[in-house]
This record gives sequence, C-alpha cells and structure tokens, in this order.
Amino acid sequence: MSRQVSAPVMPLQTPVQGKPLFHIDNRYIAPAFITCILLAGHLSFGMLESYQKTLLAIVTSISMELVLGRIFFRKWLHPASAYITGISVGILVRSPAFWPYALCSAISITSKYVLRVKDRHIWNPSNFGISVMLFLAAETVATLSIQWGNYLWPMLVIWALGSAIIWRLHRFHITGVYVASFVVLAFLRSWMTGSPWQSELAPITGPMYQLFIFFMITDPKTTVRSKRGQCIVVFLIALLEMVLRLRRVVYAPFYALFIVGPAAMLAEIWLDARRANSAQAVAAQ
Amino acid sequence: MTGGRIAKIFLGIFFLGLLATPRFIKRISSPHEVDRSTAGAATALARHGFYLQEVSHAAGINFVHQAPALDPKLAPIMPEVASMGASVSIVDFDRDGWPDIYVTNSAIGSKNCLYRNMGDGRFKDVAAELGIADVNQSGTGVSTGAVWGDYDNDGYEDLFLIKWGRPELYHNDHGHGFTRVTEQAGMPAWINANTALWFDYDGDGLLDLFVGGYYAENIDLWHLTTTRIMPDSFEYAKNGGRKYLFHNLGNGKFEEVSAKLGINSRRWALAAAAADLRGTGHPDLFVANDYGVSELYFNDGKRFREVGQQTGVGFAPKSGMNAAFGDILNQGRYAVYVSNISEDGVLIQGNNLWMPKQGTTGDAILYENLARDFGVELGGWSFGAQFGDLNNDGTLDLYLANGYVSLDRKRSYWYDFSKVAGGNTTIIGDAKNWPAFDGRSLSGYQTKRVWLNDGAGKFIDVAQAVGVTDTYDGRSVALVDLWNRGVLDVVVANQNGPLLVYKNTVAPENEWIEFQLEGTKSNRSAIGTQITLFWNGQEQVQEVSGGSGFSAQNDRRLHFGLGKNPRIEKAVIRWPSGKIETIEQPVIHQLYTVKEPA
Repeated sequence: MSRQVSAPVMPLQTPVQGKPLFHIDNRYIAPAFITCILLAGHLSFGMLESYQKTLLAIVTSISMELVLGRIFFRKWLHPASAYITGISVGILVRSPAFWPYALCSAISITSKYVLRVKDRHIWNPSNFGISVMLFLAAETVATLSIQWGNYLWPMLVIWALGSAIIWRLHRFHITGVYVASFVVLAFLRSWMTGSPWQSELAPITGPMYQLFIFFMITDPKTTVRSKRGQCIVVFLIALLEMVLRLRRVVYAPFYALFIVGPAAMLAEIWLDARRANSAQAVAAQ
Repeated sequence: MTGGRIAKIFLGIFFLGLLATPRFIKRISSPHEVDRSTAGAATALARHGFYLQEVSHAAGINFVHQAPALDPKLAPIMPEVASMGASVSIVDFDRDGWPDIYVTNSAIGSKNCLYRNMGDGRFKDVAAELGIADVNQSGTGVSTGAVWGDYDNDGYEDLFLIKWGRPELYHNDHGHGFTRVTEQAGMPAWINANTALWFDYDGDGLLDLFVGGYYAENIDLWHLTTTRIMPDSFEYAKNGGRKYLFHNLGNGKFEEVSAKLGINSRRWALAAAAADLRGTGHPDLFVANDYGVSELYFNDGKRFREVGQQTGVGFAPKSGMNAAFGDILNQGRYAVYVSNISEDGVLIQGNNLWMPKQGTTGDAILYENLARDFGVELGGWSFGAQFGDLNNDGTLDLYLANGYVSLDRKRSYWYDFSKVAGGNTTIIGDAKNWPAFDGRSLSGYQTKRVWLNDGAGKFIDVAQAVGVTDTYDGRSVALVDLWNRGVLDVVVANQNGPLLVYKNTVAPENEWIEFQLEGTKSNRSAIGTQITLFWNGQEQVQEVSGGSGFSAQNDRRLHFGLGKNPRIEKAVIRWPSGKIETIEQPVIHQLYTVKEPA
C-alpha cells in the first residue's frame, strides 16, 4: 500500500516558551481539560446520559483512529486527538439510544480520512459528525443544550481554565475574536428582532458554547494557518451564525462552522497552490 | 490498481454506509412500532381488539378549558406560563354506581364542571347546584387539578381542589352538596401546585394528603412583584414550590408534617403517585419533577426517605410530567411511567419506563429505564399517561396525551426556547428576558399515543388505527368504565381545548372482571388496597389510587382484562390495614363489590 496521505498530527501542538517548573506535554492538555469538564459536569449535575454512552463514543473514536491509522499510515497513531473527538461526541450528542454515539464517533473519525484535499482534512471531525447526525437522525439525536446546570460558578471556572489553556496554546485570539463577534452581533440581532438582548446573549453563557469555542473552532488541523486568517475565519463563522440565527436555526453555530471551516480551508489550499505555481513560474524564468 | 487505492475505495464505501445507517435504522424499526392505518372500527376491532369513539357531544358534555390570564408582565410568554390547568378526575360522588367526571377550568371567572353520569349514556353538569363550580375567582386563584378521597370515612368522596391560588377542601354532604372546609382543615392560604394525592401513609385508616408545589408559594401569579419567577436551571432547578404532607388527625383537621417526616424539596413537582413498591404494606411516594430529577420516597410508615439516586430513578434530570404505575409484564411488580419532552432534532429526553431490575426487591430495589426497549419512549411533548387494559387482552396498555402549545402551525418557538434555556441562571430565571411567543407554537398539534402492550415486552402505537386522531394540547388522562360495560373508556382534558370522552368498544371474546372496594378498618375509599389476580398461570397486581398520571385520578374501581377463555384461580386482596382476603375462582364478566372484613 502506498502512502497516500500524511498522518494526522495531534492538535494543539504549539511549543511552549520558557521553562516551566514541571512540563506537561501539550498533547495532553486539551484531553485533560475536556476530561475535567466532563467529570465535573457529570459529578455535579449528572450531565451525561450514562457513562456507557460516553464510553462507547470514546472507545469507538479511538478504535477507528487506531484501525484507520494502521491501514493508511502503517503506524499506531497517538489517541489524544481521537479521544477529544470521542469525548466531545459523548458530551454533545444527546440521544436515548446507544447507536448514535458509536455512529457519530465513527463518522467523525472516518471523515478525517475520506474528506481530504491536498493531504489535509477540511472539517473538524466532531463538528462534521454532529452536524451530519443532526441532519440525518433528527428524530433520535439532539445536542447538549440544557443538560448542564445554568449556574454561574461552573461557567466561570470553565471559562477561566479554558482561557488559560487556550492562551498557553497560543490560540486565545481565535476564542477572543469569536466571543467579541458573538457579543456584538447578539446586540445587533436584538436590535433587529426586538428580542431581549439577554436572550440573544444567553447561548454563549451555556455549556454547548464552552465546548464549541474552546475545542471546535480552535482545532489547529481545521483552521487556516495565519493568525490574521484565523481571526477573519472565526469572525465569518460568527457572522454566518448570526444569519442562521435570524433564520431561526437551532444549531446555528455547528452549521456555521460546518460551512465556513471547510470553505476557509479550501480557500487557503487554493491560495497555497496559486502561490506555489507563481513561485515555480518565477523560478522557471 | 494499487493497494492504497483499493483501501481508499473501500473506505469511501464504508463512509457512505455510515451515512446511510440512520435511514436504515429508521426503516427497520418504525414499521413494528406504529400502526398508522385509519381503516375504521371493524378493522381496528379485528386487528387490535378495540376501538375508541369520541362521544363527548353525544353524551351532553361540551366543556372547553380556558387557560389563565396571569400578570400582564408575563404577557410575552403567557402561552408557556399559562400552559397547565386542564385536569380530569373520576368519582362516584353520589354513590349511585355510575362513575362521574369532574373537570377543572383555569381562567378567572370560569367554572369547573361535575358531570353526573345519568346512566343512560348522557351526563349532566351539577357542579353549580352542588357548590363546586364557581371556584376560580379573582383573588383566590384558579384550579389546576382535583383529587377525591373520603377523608372522614363517611362513605362519600370529598374533594381537594389543587390550585394556583388558595387550595380548597370540600366535604361531600352525602352526595347532595359540598361544604367548603378549607380553613377548618388547616389548609395553607396559597399554593401554586399541579399535583396532589390522597393516601394513608401511616396506615391509621385515615386518608392523608400530599401536595406538590410548582411555582413557589409566595408568588401570586396575578400580582407579581418581580418577574424572577422562572426556574433557576432547566435541569437542576430547586427554586420551585414546597411540598406538603397533611396528616389527617381524624377530627376534620390536618397537620402539615412534610419536613418532620423527611420530605424537603423545592423541585418543581408536576406529578405524584403512591403505591407499595416494596411489599412493606406502606405506600411509597413517587414525584416527577419538571426541570430536574424525579424523587422516590420510601415510606416506612412513620418517615420518608428520598431514594431517587439510590434506586436509579433520580439521576438523569429531565422534565417529568407524569407518574403512573402499571404491572405491564404481569409479574406482580409495578413499572413507573414518567413523561418528558422529545422534539426531533432539538431535545430528545425520551419518556422513562422505570422497570424494577430482576433480582432486586425491598429496600434494595433498583430501577432501569426500559422505555426504548418497550417502545414507549418517544411521545412528543408528553403529559398525562395512564396504564389500563384497553382491549381486555390481559395486559396493561398505555394511553399518552401530549402537545404543549398549539398556536400558529407554521411558526415554532423552539428556536427561542432552545436559545434561552441553555443560558445562565441570571438570564433564564427572569421572565422578562424570554423572547415573546408572538403566536408561535411549541410542540403543538401532536398526535397522541395509544400504546398496545403485546405482553412480551413491546408496545405498538395504534392511536390512529383505533380512532384517537385528535391533536389538542392534551394534559390529563383518566381511565374509567363509564357505562359499566366491562371496558375502560378514556377521558382526556385538553389545555385550551375540549374535554374528550373516548367510548371504548372491545372485541367481545376478551373477558374482564372488576372490583369495587370499600374499607372498614382501612380508609373507606380503599385507597392503597392491592388486588393480585391469578389466572391462566399469570398474575397481575393493581392498586386503588388517590391520584396518578398528570393532574388526574382514575376510577377507584379496579379493572382487569383477562383475554380469551380465562380461568381465574383467585383474587388476593391486601387491604391497607394489613388484612389479606382471598376470593377463590371469581366469576368473569362481573363487577365484584367487596367490603373489607371486620
């Protein structure tokens, strides 16, 4: 078997500056953080439908990654990325049935290997999986919305911890631009629709958004490379989300990322190719 | 072709297969769970053994529920906050042997109705002449439910009126009228409740009363001092109404003992039911809460212990709106049915069917939710439900009312609801932060579920096939043999809608037996009395209830369907006093009137 694609590397691998007292491999920070959110949410609020369903999502995700990685890259891939995908599915998918958890994880991981352009997968895996499930299995699947307490202190803790970690990973600008855009656009929506501004701000104070802004939109593998480009893309996500919200789409943020994320990746790939061609042309002269 | 290319082709096919899986699963699962045919009575009788015909107008019942109009500060979300109040309870208030129907109304100035069963197929509203019609007056709030129980053991069922407002206790004056005894009995000045039930928790022969608050009791919904009246969380709210346990002192007075006996909860109760779940002789108490987990209180006769988490029913928070017990597998044990919310693609809580785990009994009893396995999980925005053998085949079926707010069919409030419901407590707890309904529907115009039990662990929805085609916003369901024919008819109270009376026609080859019980040492209503019927090598247990479902009370008579050619071995009656009585080989096709032996 010829090696057709490059192995997916772990997200959040930006090197850390300085010498900390103790060193934690960046690959483990995001999984550790999301695990803490999961455990805290479950132990304090019983957030998970059941341990078994989340476990099923994680096991499926990691298994798929290991098998597909073995087949296509001939090596055992580090499971951190698949773990994040699995645990995101386990938290965000809400269904009384077991099969949607396994299926969503399987679709998410497989999409990384199938939907590739120029050796890059273009959709955030869990965003792709969850969006597809909402399209195709709406009678069985919803996503986390009100299943996590609406209280202030857990939100503040997660925001503080999440911000610190994202800062350390040099991706806070993505989260920051998105949050700022959301807030401004929320007031704009309130002005346009006459809804109380509190109701327009409400979504970002909920748990679904905490996962969305810390784990989905910051995924290094499915965001463009330049810092400026990342800020523009994430603003466009917020902008499309607003358009979808004005169309009363319940899962506006997922769908906005589903559309803008790959479009931005394709644009970057096209620009890269164009630059490469120009460089080749210049070199040929 | 290289190996890598082949692998990629297989991967692509595999991926397409994954994407096709939801459609495949839907296709293979749906035909077995629903019969959507509307072929008419004869076909329904042949296929399912019964047919329901809506006969309210023909029976002289033209009741239409009116929702309350609360404080104008709530106007933008009035359809949601005023979405409950329709209820139905069954009582033979004059002891003439014909079950009567009491229904509540919820607008200020609207009248409740007591439909006296004339025995000829028609009903006559006698509430006004008996003094229990004009009970929704300005300053005293409006009705949200009613439960009947003979609290003074004089042989006539008395009325406790559940309200958002001043609750009322009416003494039944031998079927000739009702006397208001609220203050003498020691009832509180104001509650905002949707559920109550009569039960004799301490076995002293006197009916006690449980009342579960919804909104906090210091809120007058018509004169708000603040709009911060909403739940502080949509899944973990603890700012609802308090609970009351009124111990019957036997002299027409009640003592409130909830805290003293271990019931301390401010969850948002919507439904409660009591039954002896552990075989202790004491009724345990199940409370289904909106915006949170259900609560199960084990009753030791003198004290209650909340064991929701311990038993498994109180861990996953949902939107509990119903509590009903049924021995659905004919194994002498109750399942508990709790209704919740399911809306495609938005919120799939799923209803709960709590089945006792095999091998667990007594204090160690554990429950597991088998609603999905049994096929009774998805019922839309579900409200009241009751178990009963609708086709007399020997297994308990399940009737579910549903539908929340039916306004504009084409515009939905779900987007607004989901937007704000996930927000922080400082936002959702204040009604003024909620987007206006603006005429939108929220899970409106839903089709009902009539789940037929196949006796082997599967229920099939036959609502459309057997004639239940209404799409009103169903709330309260009561089952009763209205015309003493040996079949269970269905009465449904709809919010802002008509009272529906579904007359049942059952295939004649399916047999039945009924029991009307009267306590002597036990409470005279016989609430809490269990009958275990043994026939054809199986057993089914049922218990007289003082309130179950959502804001409802079934007929106190117990109805057993028996199937074809039944051979009844015995009926074992266990009275709340502890007395056990056995009727050997009772005769089918009979209503047995049984008085507790002295």
